[in-house]
Amino acid sequence: MNDTLSAAPFQPVARPPAPSAFSNALVFGWRAALKFRHVPEQLFDLVMTPIMFTLLFTFVFGGALAGSPSGYLQFFLPGILVQTVVFNAVYSGMGLSTDIGKGLFDRFRSLPIWSLAPFAGLMVGDALRHLIAAVIILGIGLILGYRPDAGVVGVFSSLLLLLAIGFGTGWIFIVLGLLIRTPMTVMTIGFSFLFPLVFASNIMVDPATMPGWLRGFVDVNPVSLMATAIRALMAGSANLDQIALALIAPALMTALLAPITLWLYRKQ
Amino acid sequence: MANAMSVSQPVATISRHADQVDLAICARGLCKSFGKVRAVDGIDLDVPRGMIFAVLGPNGAGKTTLMRMLATIAMPDAGTASIMGHDLAADPHAVRAAIAMTGQFASLDEDLTGRENLILLARLWGFRGRAAKERADHLLVVFDLADAGGKQVKSYSGGMRRRLDIAASLIVTPGVLFLDEPTTGLDPRARQSVWRMIRDMASSGVTILLTTQYLEEADHLAERIAVIDHGRKIAEGTSRELKAEIGSSRLHVGLVDPAHLDKAARLLETELGAAAQSNQEDARLSIAVRSPVEASNALAALIASGIELGDFALGNPSLDEVFFALTGHPTES
Repeated sequence: MNDTLSAAPFQPVARPPAPSAFSNALVFGWRAALKFRHVPEQLFDLVMTPIMFTLLFTFVFGGALAGSPSGYLQFFLPGILVQTVVFNAVYSGMGLSTDIGKGLFDRFRSLPIWSLAPFAGLMVGDALRHLIAAVIILGIGLILGYRPDAGVVGVFSSLLLLLAIGFGTGWIFIVLGLLIRTPMTVMTIGFSFLFPLVFASNIMVDPATMPGWLRGFVDVNPVSLMATAIRALMAGSANLDQIALALIAPALMTALLAPITLWLYRKQ
Repeated sequence: MANAMSVSQPVATISRHADQVDLAICARGLCKSFGKVRAVDGIDLDVPRGMIFAVLGPNGAGKTTLMRMLATIAMPDAGTASIMGHDLAADPHAVRAAIAMTGQFASLDEDLTGRENLILLARLWGFRGRAAKERADHLLVVFDLADAGGKQVKSYSGGMRRRLDIAASLIVTPGVLFLDEPTTGLDPRARQSVWRMIRDMASSGVTILLTTQYLEEADHLAERIAVIDHGRKIAEGTSRELKAEIGSSRLHVGLVDPAHLDKAARLLETELGAAAQSNQEDARLSIAVRSPVEASNALAALIASGIELGDFALGNPSLDEVFFALTGHPTES
């Protein structure tokens, strides 16, 4: 050890030309991708619940709810994609909370990089997670007999909308991640807030049979609006109004929470 | 407070400009409060380039907050500072390009390998493709981590994490390297190896500001030491100067009979010409001595007067004793 340390260790190394903000963000995206390699079980976490849900609802409840399992799957699959993406957003908050707790963010903050690059990297990681999970769920759906009428175009445009939904939802958990030091608390708060939104929506059942007060909520629940839009895109019957309604909540959250994120980050 | 800063800044910058050229760190009146707690309460610091400078203090003295402010991670409530000639408030980006910081807890991504952690940082600094990998591999060799480079950081020992953490601060050779308690929690061997690295870095021209709770560490490494307590600097000087103030070594005496404590303290004070610190509860005394001969003469005088000794020892002053000598109160950590 003596030899290696005193041989030629601390020859001064100058800084190469400063990288662009975009390149900084890509490096953080690379980090997120590396996590998949080292922590493959996180992928399991991401897709296990939606797969169980798909199987359970399709084969156990599907016949009772929609006359036949295959008929129900046609209704349910676009909705479960929304649920998957919304729940997935919790993970970036947990990751952020871990990074801050470990002091990793302090190191990033002391580097001469674009100060929002770490967040942009989180977003890249989120997008990857959303895409991987959505494609897996969709693949299982196709195997079980789900058929999107709008074909490749429908699937492609749905994935784009899902990414926008994930992006908007992600801000909630980035703010939570900045505020809360323990990743588990981020998860608990996140799920206790998301559960009612996801279940009191039109993801699992048509709200026609719900009591009036609940229907009033379900109809304006952003998660319902998102599920409706994805269904329509997959079926090839989407109109601009549906897409716009689905995008209201993600756009509002971005407009509101992005500045709060910046403020919290700079304030620390 | 923001007002005060913007008003005072231009004047101060002009008058200090000439001195700043040779200073790696020049801070004036830095303050930072958390709620009602004044973590850093008006600290001035001048650190010449190329020096190892230690900030010594107990837990909660404000060491970490001071360092975080100088490393642009925390915003001062008041005061100014320039690092390598760049103003902290006006140009934090230039400051960041000239510094590196190793925090108190290994700030690494536990899920990634050591090599990936270094590549990540090398890319953030602007090394591309193969250059980033080469930089990472070189640092792994230098820090004796070549064999562990492919393993996830979560499997590393405390000493390995510390080495990787310091390596991560040297992707680009910084003008100033901040090390927050670099050896806290390390075993003696790992501590020695970190000390050696710090000396090597300093001899290559890097200015090092480190915080520590150990007088021994500051004494071994640093050319100058600032002692801080409750967010204020209570002493600064070379190790020799500080020791002149607090005594270079101390005689510790345990008595068999606590009733003799006052008598023994008076006797030692007369013999040695210094103030004794006594602890009634466990019947112990400590007092500054200049040499072992002086210490043994004083012990002989104690025994001659019929006071029975339980034990005695000659040692370096503890942080507590340094604080007592400087502040008149013990540390409250």
